[in-house]
Amino acid sequence: MKMKSPQVLLECLLEQGVDTVFGYPGGTILNIYDEFERSGYKEKIRHILTAHEQGASHAADGYARSTGKVGVCFATSGPGATNLTTGIATAHMDSSPVVFITVNVGESLIGKDSFQEVDITGITMPITKCNYLVRRAEDLADIIREAFAIARSGRPGPVLIDILKNVTYEEVEYEPLPLEEHASHGRLAAMLRRASHDLKTPEPDHGDIRKLLDMIEEAKKPLVLVGGGVIRSRDAVPQFRKFFETLNAPVTSTIMGGGACPGDHPLFTGMVGMHGSHASNFAVDQCDLLIAIGCRFSDRVALDPPTFARNARIVQIDIDRAEIDKNVKTDHHIIGDARRVLELLNQGMKPHDYPEWKEWVFAHKEIPLKKDDILHPHEILETIQAVTDGDAIIATDVGQHQMWSAQYYHFSRPRQLITSGGFGTMGFGVGAAMGAKLGNPDKPVVLCTGDGCFRMNCHELSTVEHYHIPIIIVIFNNQTLGMVRQWQHLLYGERYSQTDLDRGPDFVKLANAYGIDGARCGTQPEFEAVLKEAVASGRPWVIECAIDKDAMVHPMVPGGVPVTDFLLD
Amino acid sequence: MRMNPNVTRHTLSVLVENAAGVLSQVSRLFSRKGYNIESLAVGTTDDPAVSRITIEVMADAAMIEQIMNQLRKQFPVYSVQELLPERSIRRELVMFKVKAENADTRNEVIQIANIFRASIIDVSLASLTLALIGDESKADAMQKLLESFGILELVRTGMVALERGAYTISDENKEKAEFNLGKASL
Repeated sequence: MKMKSPQVLLECLLEQGVDTVFGYPGGTILNIYDEFERSGYKEKIRHILTAHEQGASHAADGYARSTGKVGVCFATSGPGATNLTTGIATAHMDSSPVVFITVNVGESLIGKDSFQEVDITGITMPITKCNYLVRRAEDLADIIREAFAIARSGRPGPVLIDILKNVTYEEVEYEPLPLEEHASHGRLAAMLRRASHDLKTPEPDHGDIRKLLDMIEEAKKPLVLVGGGVIRSRDAVPQFRKFFETLNAPVTSTIMGGGACPGDHPLFTGMVGMHGSHASNFAVDQCDLLIAIGCRFSDRVALDPPTFARNARIVQIDIDRAEIDKNVKTDHHIIGDARRVLELLNQGMKPHDYPEWKEWVFAHKEIPLKKDDILHPHEILETIQAVTDGDAIIATDVGQHQMWSAQYYHFSRPRQLITSGGFGTMGFGVGAAMGAKLGNPDKPVVLCTGDGCFRMNCHELSTVEHYHIPIIIVIFNNQTLGMVRQWQHLLYGERYSQTDLDRGPDFVKLANAYGIDGARCGTQPEFEAVLKEAVASGRPWVIECAIDKDAMVHPMVPGGVPVTDFLLD
Repeated sequence: MRMNPNVTRHTLSVLVENAAGVLSQVSRLFSRKGYNIESLAVGTTDDPAVSRITIEVMADAAMIEQIMNQLRKQFPVYSVQELLPERSIRRELVMFKVKAENADTRNEVIQIANIFRASIIDVSLASLTLALIGDESKADAMQKLLESFGILELVRTGMVALERGAYTISDENKEKAEFNLGKASL
């Protein structure tokens, strides 16, 4: 049937089962927004209008990370599109599936430095899995189908579709196509026939699996390192838990792997790397077999690649061939989807136990946590854990509060920690928490943020209030850019250049100005009382927690040295 | 670039979708790592929807491996193969515009051209333009000889290369199959 191409676009989103879109309108994208009103699509697809395109991009990302579905984000041309770029890069670094749709100026104006024109496909080339410029209306439906398939397949990631405005005026033939048939029709089918793509799930090499099983038999001190790949891989976590419980060896995690192994599991050593626990980092150093699953050995994990796991044979399991040997030279690798690889491993696994090795690893103790009359960061997280029964989805911004969240909150399931691990985007949190809450209306969502991060995108409080998105925002207010201050304290002779945030706003008044409840706490009992009230209220809240300016993230190993060279215990 | 003894010349042959923007997507992967492309040649293949890019770059083997893996991840890239020197033939076309203002000089230049089996493709009262097909050693040798007459302009097409024998880049599907589908699918 013939229909206008904006309608084709929205029909294609419905084919994909999209029910929520985050975005911000503007001149070039008017035809698409008009279709929401004109044909009643606003009843089928909920559009969340954010305060800024960046907030929309993080919200779509947070929605995708917390649900496993593809997030969708709309923006107009020029500044609308460039405002998405931080969000796109954030999604790209953490392999989060989001489809970004922008509309550019028309064919007759493109390349002429027209009003609000920018080459967004050129700009986003390095930060998308793939991007498209739609020049012909008849290509639109197939490109959208292909874009979603690419975003969610293999190693997921963001895809951008830029549409010329003249395309959005055209009428075009549209044939509805159920999602199951996408792979056998049109461009997508053609792409699948071509060789160089990663849309099909690779079947791991069975010889590689056997080799790893043999290596496990030979190992005396094995260690499992889990990364975000196990979270992104659909249904991989049950297989992962079966795997490490049968292996019965210590498990450590990157920040992106949070929730793959329950935080309170007796085999869990905690996070590894720059702010990794003593147990994790010493285990990495002394293990004789390191099994890394869905982990890319970033510079925050493998602080010094040549000495990382220096006594071990390193085995890397990843869906992305380009990750193998990229950062750390490995001894064996298996390419495949984490779920399938673990399933095959589990079929051949015999139960093991390493009592002496485990005893040695878990003998490493962390420095005792402070408890006195002021509010300590770990107490905030312990309180959130207790008040929400450990059920809350935790979104974070970036910095000290992010590390404390990863260290002190016990994540019990995948997709429970929503954090910008790779790109380290300050200002990610409010948008991401909104997206997570809209995707998980029955779960409490708590945003842990800092005073610096929160100020970057706090205008999204207007979105939180307007759509009644009941997220609880906990601001770890230390009046400074804490993580940068920590580096200045330890490595820059205590010269605190430009990190003091001894300025407004009054966060409680700010929340009130947006019509949101706010409270300020200075002690643990105060915080607990406010948090209980906030959780019970079913409304959004801003809770400001005053913490010590010199509170630091313990432990810390600086970059470029062996993981056991603790600068701060 | 840092001096590294492992840095050698590598020739990559890449089959890509013949579409706008694909070349910059491919070349970006080299520039991001700080590698200057020594030579690049692009043209369509027997299938007009497919272009072949031949890239020469100085790099170490590990880096080439990584760039090849990253190239294979790009959706418009169909196939990537490294052409090893001992198993491939490489040629480029070089055009020299040489100063030749009298008959003696012209004759001398023509003699040199004949020795190198270069063809004379343009002549004027003040110049001769020669076209030479060969690899870089042949082109360099001829360039040295022509320098004494005065080279007005020089242009190279960039190296193109093919594997020797009947093996084709499409046979590289085997390697791609491992990349995409795991070794078990072979």
